[in-house]
Amino acid sequence: MLKKELEVKSPRAAYGETLVELGAQNKDVVVLDADLSCSTQTCKFQKAYPERFFNSGIAEQDMMCTAAGLATEGKIPFVSTFAMFATARCLDQIRNSICYPKLNVKIVATHGGITVGEDGASHQALEDVSYMRSLPDMTVIVPADYNEVKQVIKYASEIHGPVYVRLARTNLKTVFDESEYVFNPEKAVKIKEGSDVTLITNGETLTEVISCANMLQNDGIGAEVLHVPVVKPFFAAGDIIESVKKTGIAITVENHSIIGGLGSAVCEVLSENLPARVLRIGTPDCFGQSGEQRELMDFYGLTDEKLYKTINRYLGKK
Amino acid sequence: MNKFNATVRSDILKMIHNAKSGHPGGSLSCVEILSVLYNKILNIPVEWKNSPNFEKRDRFILSKGHASAALYSVLARKGFFPAEELMTFRKLGTRLQGHPSTRTKLEGIEVSTGSLGQGLSMAVGVAQALKLNNNPARVYALLGDGEMQEGSVWEALMSASHKMLDNLTIIIDKNNLQIDGGVDDVKSLEPLDKKLEAFGWHVSVVDGHNEEEIECALKNAAKSDKLCAIIANTIKGKGVSFMEDNAGWHGKAPNDDELKRALEELNA
Repeated sequence: MLKKELEVKSPRAAYGETLVELGAQNKDVVVLDADLSCSTQTCKFQKAYPERFFNSGIAEQDMMCTAAGLATEGKIPFVSTFAMFATARCLDQIRNSICYPKLNVKIVATHGGITVGEDGASHQALEDVSYMRSLPDMTVIVPADYNEVKQVIKYASEIHGPVYVRLARTNLKTVFDESEYVFNPEKAVKIKEGSDVTLITNGETLTEVISCANMLQNDGIGAEVLHVPVVKPFFAAGDIIESVKKTGIAITVENHSIIGGLGSAVCEVLSENLPARVLRIGTPDCFGQSGEQRELMDFYGLTDEKLYKTINRYLGKK
Repeated sequence: MNKFNATVRSDILKMIHNAKSGHPGGSLSCVEILSVLYNKILNIPVEWKNSPNFEKRDRFILSKGHASAALYSVLARKGFFPAEELMTFRKLGTRLQGHPSTRTKLEGIEVSTGSLGQGLSMAVGVAQALKLNNNPARVYALLGDGEMQEGSVWEALMSASHKMLDNLTIIIDKNNLQIDGGVDDVKSLEPLDKKLEAFGWHVSVVDGHNEEEIECALKNAAKSDKLCAIIANTIKGKGVSFMEDNAGWHGKAPNDDELKRALEELNA
């Protein structure tokens, strides 16, 4: 399932390419963007199917409700902009005009998390998963690499109802082998077995967590690594409970605030079913800042080396 | 006042009185607009989804969702659903939610509205989809004047004119009042006609309680290859003397005595 050679590829490119495939298969697929079509890669769809592409200009709220109107008429709109503007700016529109009527709108937001980089806090969505997870009937997915993004976008087009997919700006190491990996929304993906601690992650922190788990292994700490792309509905709850029954400790890692995202979802499930220690690693209750992507990952403790130190400290090992 | 409109007005008052909440002012102001739309203009089968002509129906979007009582009454009186259901308005488990919802599958409701400023963008999406599908149906959206203080309305106005969605017509129920008082005092929209024109719309202004004027403007809009906005000058609370032109009746239910007096006026 896992690739041996980790090539670096753009999850956003995977999105754009998959949109073109979907556009060929289904004439009801339409795409909306808000003046960021090159960044989000919806420009690929625009080039292939200009009559089904709508640029809303810099008017995200209008875009969301226009998508709602298109979905009302049976279209399958994919709506894209940066995660900050897709969610925070349009929360009312998404709640009242998309989720409340349970419309078939797919919001695929790029530039989620701290790794937006130099643009700084105004553009770094650290709360988007939290917003989207709290909306009734919304499905929330945070895929980890190029190959998974392709399958997630297809899955989003196949299920009925609103979906939020969060993509990173960063080009990421491809973790999953395209010929072997099959995205299963109902399961956590067990990347590595272990019996000392359960590491739960998704999105672009997956490769960091895998690397960190290997470092822990060298010290004799067996970390079980679970990749949980579907944050809502939280289908993976059973897999997480099962793992923590074995290890007794859960540590969540995400490129998102520790409030309201994957870490919170894990806490909710464990506190109700299997009270256990949970350490949430993500950005603390704060705004981001400008910096290079790798510098920011390091500053907020999300690199493999920083994770290794934090986890060792938490486990009382070093 | 004709019999249909008097019935709708008494329904509105009885429903809001029975629910002990609701929005009489902005419901009463748009009765003639809705009456003309549903009696003279819109081609919508009352069998709703059971009709073979459902796909071809005109689409009506009540962007000022708080006028739900008026729309529910008109739909019931036209036969979309039983009039007895009107008295469930705003009650637990009702299909007649405080603001229109597609979740409750009430016949005649196209989209969910209530949070102001969103209906026109939805209408733009519907109009675009109809064009993509080569569906000749038309889209009508009714907005409140106070609602036009929402910035996203102007985003949608821009979108519609940029895409020249000539299958879309908007009507603005300009009753000049909002919850906190006069629209001109709270945040003026004037000159509204010139602003709409500057956004690429052809504007006609009518007396929003004169059915002939409304009908004429709507028919001209349907024939026109321009993007048409109709400003309907109305009186908030129209038809009930003590509610007319009084912002205090935006979102307040009449008590027993007030209902009695109001219904007497409507029968007179």
